Amino acid sequence: MDTTTTTTATNREREIIVNGQPLATAAATLAELVDKQGFAGVKVATALNGDFVAERLRAATSLGAGDRIEILTVRQGG
Amino acid sequence: MNQTEPVRGVAASPDRKPLAFYGVNVASRLLLGSALYPSPKVMSDAIHASRAAIVTVSLRREQARGRTGTRFLDLIRALPVHLLPNTAGCRTAREAITTAEMARELLETDWIKLEVIANDDTLQPDLFGLVEAATELAKRGFKVFPYTTEDLSAAERLVSAGCRVLMPWGSPIGTARGLSNPHALKTLRAYFPDLPLVIDAGIGAPSHAAAAMEMGYDAVLLNTAVARAHDPVRMAAAFASAIEAGREAFEAGLMAPSDRAQPSTPVAGTPFFDFGPGDASRST
Repeated sequence: MDTTTTTTATNREREIIVNGQPLATAAATLAELVDKQGFAGVKVATALNGDFVAERLRAATSLGAGDRIEILTVRQGG
Repeated sequence: MNQTEPVRGVAASPDRKPLAFYGVNVASRLLLGSALYPSPKVMSDAIHASRAAIVTVSLRREQARGRTGTRFLDLIRALPVHLLPNTAGCRTAREAITTAEMARELLETDWIKLEVIANDDTLQPDLFGLVEAATELAKRGFKVFPYTTEDLSAAERLVSAGCRVLMPWGSPIGTARGLSNPHALKTLRAYFPDLPLVIDAGIGAPSHAAAAMEMGYDAVLLNTAVARAHDPVRMAAAFASAIEAGREAFEAGLMAPSDRAQPSTPVAGTPFFDFGPGDASRST
């Protein structure tokens, strides 16, 4: 990202909550966010404001200020 | 309920129909959790030793730029087991439904161990939320394994919602108390003679698991008792043996308890030794 777009991006940044933590992001969609968070190529599942968002719908799911996103993976369980 | 499956009761059943969940036959009657082991290797070894065909997993938050989930998924997928994701920690039907959808995408299975927890002290199932979630999940094509109590009305609702297996607790999760309410569990077994029933949670010792199997339960799901044992691999094998023994005993037909003593040695032909009057004190 060059300086010009970074400045623009900062203006477009919004505060969202990712896995319980506040995050300022310029990601416009859930797919972008997953990429920016470093999950490209990693098997994760996502939810937006409590509702499941399928992988194929992430690119079409836009993010707004205050959105709560969960990014989950498979772990040990009983 | 599947009416074609023969009723197994006190009488020995000559046909050994394999246990099936939603049409999938499983060779083992032990379902094992994957949590709380001292290391991934011990977990893998314990799963092998348990001969379990089904292993439970959970969904948790992935760390940013983390690969923890991927590593675990690769490890557990290499094992020759069916994976059963759970909705542990969910407090509402909505949370559980979302978690189930996420699990289905991640693991490519429509099986879900449905937990909706009422409170943190007892980890007791919230039966109302459970029925609500099970109803919706069944509509969405999930094969629901509900973690429930021995309550008959909840059980009926779950079956009406489409559940083809019920998993009543033995006692609260992680307590190792065994079967807290055996009479109610027997009633549940008798009430649903054809439905696969799995005791889930509270099992602390192989004897608890054997007792559940002797009662006619189809399988046992446990985690902590194996994972927290001094030697989880040996404990996994111990549970496997106990569960097989308990099932074998059930199918063989257990004798009914009696209030009166019954000699096991034949009475006919008992010799009577006459020691005379002086030996009267020894004749009993």
